[in-house]
Amino acid sequence: MFGNLQILYAAPMLNLQLIIDGVLIGAIFALAAYGLALVWGVMNVKNLAQGDFVILGGYIAWYAQKTWGIHPIVMMPAVMVILFIFGWLLYITIIRLVINRDLFTSLLATFGLGLVIQQALNLAFGPEVQVATSGLETRTFFAGLQIAEIKVISLVLCSVLALIIILFMKRSRMGQAIRATSQDARAARIMGIDTDKVYAFTFSLNSAICGAAGVLIAMTWNIQPFYGITYSIRSFVIVTAAGLGNLPGVIIAALGLGAAEQYGGFILGLELQVAFLLIMLLGVLGYRQIQMAKLRQVVQ
Amino acid sequence: MHTLFKSTIAIAGMTAISLLSANTAHAKVDGDTITLGSAISFTGKYSTNGIHAKNGYDLAIKKINEAGGVKVAGKSYKLKVKYYDDESTPARTAQLLERLVKQDGIKFFLGPYSSATTKAAAPIIEKYKVPMVEAEGASRSLFTKGYRYLFAVLSTSEQYLASAIALAAELAPKIGKKATDIKVAMVFENDPFSLDVRAGVVEDIKRFGMKIVIDDKMPRDLSDISPTLRKVQAVKPDVLVISGHSKGAATAARQIKELKIDVPMIAMTHCEAAKIVKKFAGAVDDFLCPTQWAETLSYKDKMFGSASEYDKLFKATYKGYKNVPYQSAQASAAVQVWKDALQRANSFDPKKVRDALSATNMKSFYGGIKFAKAGNNIAKPMVLRQIQNGKFVVVAPSKWASHPVNFPRKPKN
Repeated sequence: MFGNLQILYAAPMLNLQLIIDGVLIGAIFALAAYGLALVWGVMNVKNLAQGDFVILGGYIAWYAQKTWGIHPIVMMPAVMVILFIFGWLLYITIIRLVINRDLFTSLLATFGLGLVIQQALNLAFGPEVQVATSGLETRTFFAGLQIAEIKVISLVLCSVLALIIILFMKRSRMGQAIRATSQDARAARIMGIDTDKVYAFTFSLNSAICGAAGVLIAMTWNIQPFYGITYSIRSFVIVTAAGLGNLPGVIIAALGLGAAEQYGGFILGLELQVAFLLIMLLGVLGYRQIQMAKLRQVVQ
Repeated sequence: MHTLFKSTIAIAGMTAISLLSANTAHAKVDGDTITLGSAISFTGKYSTNGIHAKNGYDLAIKKINEAGGVKVAGKSYKLKVKYYDDESTPARTAQLLERLVKQDGIKFFLGPYSSATTKAAAPIIEKYKVPMVEAEGASRSLFTKGYRYLFAVLSTSEQYLASAIALAAELAPKIGKKATDIKVAMVFENDPFSLDVRAGVVEDIKRFGMKIVIDDKMPRDLSDISPTLRKVQAVKPDVLVISGHSKGAATAARQIKELKIDVPMIAMTHCEAAKIVKKFAGAVDDFLCPTQWAETLSYKDKMFGSASEYDKLFKATYKGYKNVPYQSAQASAAVQVWKDALQRANSFDPKKVRDALSATNMKSFYGGIKFAKAGNNIAKPMVLRQIQNGKFVVVAPSKWASHPVNFPRKPKN
């Protein structure tokens, strides 16, 4: 560990490299996390299948490239549409039934859903690791700084998607309805908003966003039926750190998490990279708990 | 009440009878058929290789039956396998083996796929004193526990990458260094198999007095090893060794390409299974990959002929294989061992069959097979292949090498 710190000290450019690597990959995490924040904030459903939606999106893009030779980026809108419909079907068949139940019912339902998606992907495509290729290069800049083009494109696409989502939530009728429902579902219903439709739309929008993240993951890293869980955990870390309904917070937390993970992996070793993630989750939860305790005292 | 009691007894009796008859129907030797048992992965994370192994078993069984079967005490028997799906879960493997022994009355076994499931199987095999010939569990730890009924045809895991270290020591002068100056970076998954591979590598590194500059372990669900590869860029090792099953190989190959990692020697396991040549053509040229078996080796036997003839037969029997995985070849070899041992034992007594297995000394298309006292095969070396222009060619050990090794590597990105 100290050896690794020494390397960082001896090669300052490496710090910059790790931060860039982390921020670029963090942009993809931001997408999945924002979807989770949406579902959590609006429907109060903590979707444990979040990561599996991401992987599912990746598989669709990979399959389309393998069978029809469609470039994953071109395929991205189609993946989003497919996952939107998939999300809608899930809402009608499963989520609608658990949305008003207690926390554990929705946790169990989405956890089960995650297992079903994993095993279905495993049965359909086997347990091998798959990669979608972007055909793009890695560029080397001054002082050996390397940036993969695909990661930059991911960042741009993520930003564009985030912008569209923000505008959609602010400007469109559906966006307003979603925000109204998240503030007070009952009042929204009284005002004539069809909250059931809002829920269905929110859940579908989330799975579409996850699908987009999955396409990018398949091109930058790789996908395997059982990789979903780490993306679920990352989404939870980011959302708990940033708070619900706080998109700028989600983006900053995601980019920070990306960089922190790269540092964690570098300094503590790869084996602790995911552990580092979980420790951060614990840290954030602990911090929030202390914050809440303070708030409670003020009320007293 | 009385009638109810009677009918309960009657039903219980009938169930008992049907269970008994079911038992005899699957007994180990029934008429002219010897049934071997195997719990192997048809679903779950090992399913692909589990099916490769099953295909290997089935091909050898078909071939043996066509050639007249197995002769024991002057009578010819056909071979058959009773399979169960262990869902890639070791606990399930153990349960199913109990079931094969106790309910199905099977006394002779073929192994599951993977070291983890074989580890779960071994205690059951020992408990009932029924021999197993396994072909897919390479972990060193399977052969340090004093098991007497477990035999493996494949080379154990600590040999996988050790030969690469020896090769690096031999080639060191080509980059103007002494063997003791060679710096090695290691990335291994944190699982029994990969850690065994690592132990073999570390042993050889010590033997040659080389230096370990990076020693990272990959967790199971990691799709990003770039932090370690950044370290590699910073400390510039001479050798990079990686082992983490096919997902580790795919992740490493992808990121070595993306980060343009330039190390004179890169050696990793599972190159074939991860299909890195197809996925990252060019960028993976000159990678060294160990293999249990290759169709280009000059091993041969009477049943299958040469290794390349086995390769042809396998591809003709099972559609959709471009390359024959070594997992299938070694599975076929395990069945050959059974035939050989049963014939030499000339009996179906598990103890006699075990002793015959232990005395095995045969040549096969898969290589020599001779078991050490611990049950591992000591007659077959691991071979090291290099990816040259997108093709796997044998470069070490020199007895089997078909091409000279490219060192230092010159990747075409």
